[in-house]
Amino acid sequence: MNTKKIAWNAFSDVLAFAGSLVGLVVGLIFAIGGRDDVIMFHGWVFAAASAAAALYLFVRMIEGDGEPDETGYFDAPIRFATIATLFWGVIGFLVGDIIAWQLAFPVLNLDLPWTNFGRLRPVHTSAVVFAFGGNALIATSLYVVQRTCRARMAGRWSPWFLVWGYQLFIVLAASGYVLGVTQSKEYAEPEWYVDIWLTIIWVVYLLIFLGTMARRKEPHIYVANWFFLAFIVTVAMLHIINNAAIPVSFLGSKSYSLYTGVQDAMTQWWYGHNAVGFFLTAGFLGMMYYFVPKRAERPVYSYRLSIVHFWSLIFLYIWAGPHHLYYTALPDWAQTLGMTFSIMLWMPSWGGMINGLMTLSGAWDKLRTDPVIRMLVVSVAFYGMSTFEGPLMAVKAVNSLSHYTDWTIGHVHSGALGWVGFVSFGAIYCLVPWLWGRKGLYSLRLVEWHFWVSTLGILLYITAMWVSGILQGLMWRAYDSLGFLEYSFVESVEAMHPFYIIRATGGLLFVIGSLLMVWNVWRTIRGDASLDMEDQPRIAAAPELRELPAMTRPVPAE
Amino acid sequence: MGKPEFDAATGTETTGHEWDGVKELDNPLPLWWLWVLWASVVWSVGYWIAMPAWPLVASYTQGLLGYSQRAVVANDLSQAKAAQAVYLEKIATADLAAISADAELLRFSLAGGAAAFGDNCAPCHGRGAQGATGYPNLNDDDWLWGGKLEDIQQTLKVGIRSNHPDTRVNPMPAFGRDEILEPAQIADVVEYVLTLSGGDADAAAAGRGKAIFAEQCAACHGEEGKGNMELGAPNLTDVLWLYGGTREAIRQTVRNSRAGVMPSWEGRLSSDTIKQLAIYVHSLGGGQ
Repeated sequence: MNTKKIAWNAFSDVLAFAGSLVGLVVGLIFAIGGRDDVIMFHGWVFAAASAAAALYLFVRMIEGDGEPDETGYFDAPIRFATIATLFWGVIGFLVGDIIAWQLAFPVLNLDLPWTNFGRLRPVHTSAVVFAFGGNALIATSLYVVQRTCRARMAGRWSPWFLVWGYQLFIVLAASGYVLGVTQSKEYAEPEWYVDIWLTIIWVVYLLIFLGTMARRKEPHIYVANWFFLAFIVTVAMLHIINNAAIPVSFLGSKSYSLYTGVQDAMTQWWYGHNAVGFFLTAGFLGMMYYFVPKRAERPVYSYRLSIVHFWSLIFLYIWAGPHHLYYTALPDWAQTLGMTFSIMLWMPSWGGMINGLMTLSGAWDKLRTDPVIRMLVVSVAFYGMSTFEGPLMAVKAVNSLSHYTDWTIGHVHSGALGWVGFVSFGAIYCLVPWLWGRKGLYSLRLVEWHFWVSTLGILLYITAMWVSGILQGLMWRAYDSLGFLEYSFVESVEAMHPFYIIRATGGLLFVIGSLLMVWNVWRTIRGDASLDMEDQPRIAAAPELRELPAMTRPVPAE
Repeated sequence: MGKPEFDAATGTETTGHEWDGVKELDNPLPLWWLWVLWASVVWSVGYWIAMPAWPLVASYTQGLLGYSQRAVVANDLSQAKAAQAVYLEKIATADLAAISADAELLRFSLAGGAAAFGDNCAPCHGRGAQGATGYPNLNDDDWLWGGKLEDIQQTLKVGIRSNHPDTRVNPMPAFGRDEILEPAQIADVVEYVLTLSGGDADAAAAGRGKAIFAEQCAACHGEEGKGNMELGAPNLTDVLWLYGGTREAIRQTVRNSRAGVMPSWEGRLSSDTIKQLAIYVHSLGGGQ
């Protein structure tokens, strides 16, 4: 290692240490001077995390790096984010299923403020979207950008700051919800000080990603990286604009939005819809564009389609937010634009599905033999289904029936469980042996079980919500011949009961599937001998172990 | 670029790029995909021409059809109002007996009352007005404040223990909590109350309780325990109980009193709607 590199490392150590101390001071200011209990509690959490980081950095500076590996890929933070994905995934799915049972049996709210549906619902949505999905995107994007750029990830401490700081964001957000702190914006519930922390994290993420791309040794930028970059940049913009707010006091948790009335609603759904568009679609398309061709060992179907659908998706998605606000105070012209852009979005969305599915051409037999590729392909199929359903529901006439009903919940979950969930599971099943240097997964049979149990769960979930949603919509709009409502609201609630039980049962199956995955991943990481190595494709092994023919592979050490 | 490379499985040319082993085929855009994309664009442009669409500096493009969501709603509402006006005008001026006597108005009131009941009353009284513990069943003829049309209308208007100045109140003392009676006396009077509706009771205790009842309870519930609708005092001789007729439930009632509430609907619902509700509730089976 040359002297310039040593000096640079020392500088970044000192910078990281100083940053931790600043964090400690800021945390203590909130902990001691906070205007309410929750912000004081959050101050202590922040101070404790900063102190732990400072202590770790201090020890490292005294003891030195040992034998640093500056040549290969920088994967340790990615391993951490992979485990965090699973950890938060199980929590998020579990809380989701608990609130599903609460809807069927309200007594499960327990009559406690911390456990009622209103507070647990944002814990569920944030845990699955931002904690599970966010960690999955951080892990895969940083893995993929290094491989497809043939460059080591930029930064020495910043990737660690990103992954740990992101977990701290999740803890601050979720504990705030349970304790009753929320700014009441759907999918953007955290209060101003947590938003500021996430902004800092996200800018570091962007810099790491760009820094890695700037080091690339490949002449072209791979399509997955376009999607990842679009996701990171746009989410930063959405987050900052939608969360613009004025705190009531500097050290208090409460704030008020900078926008009012219908402008506030429109800003919120511009954010909300594009959280779906850029977090849950563009980001996961980036994942799909690497892991599907990689696992199938087939070329991407069409380079041209990837260009055209990328740019059309990016351009059109950002306009579609008004379809969340039909038949409200939102002006007609805005509703029209939301509807037309939603419909024009159909084919750009399907471009990703076509490219994903057609990449399998010449390798369809792998669907039969490899449950990991089947999971990835089924995720693309669910993506195609929900991106057809979305424009359909964005037609105003359809929306007048579907709006405010469970149909919306079913639509979201066919995307979330089927697309986001399965593509992440498939990517993690690929990543774990690759990141931990294993020859394959502990058990491919368990992946089969995960696939079928979860698929059954998803089907129960979405079919129950289709029926209950359409039933609700029809009951709400039914009039008798004298112009009176045919059904009261409580009757429609009562009619939902059996479907809520079916939905919660489907959710339970999804939770069970995720536990099978955790068990499988844990045994793989531990290095336990695989139960069915002979059934696993060559590509399942870590790159450095891939070249040996399957038959001559040594049995892994016990 | 070197010489073109072809994918063995499909015979398609690749783009020649490769990232970590991932290549791309040079397939053209699927034609059906491109056509549907353009069709959705053409349809959207047509929709923009027909409907309000693009914001201008101080207004927006109105569209050829002159559509306005507000106008549609206003029109729908005025049509709905006009359709009901013929009935509502008569209901506004007629008294309850006259409305009940007119077949058309009765049909309208029952439909309107059922809808209003579902949205406003069902959360406590149940969708079938069957009630629950603490919430009276409205299908039977066991009335607290009277089951005539005017009685029901009055209860709806003023509520029970509500913020209405004329609210109905039927205060019963908390004989145990406020130490008006000793626990043993309460036990005795409970035994006596059980005998009123023919329940099993300790005869000796009931005998002692009878005197206590006459002194403490009869003023409202009557000498024979048959209740008094003027005061909202329940009949204790029937087997219908609002808070339960077991020994323990009655003991709780005597000890702590109950004091149920119902909102006043005057001002929250129109007087027409309250009339319709009164007729609907009266029709449920117990109307007098």
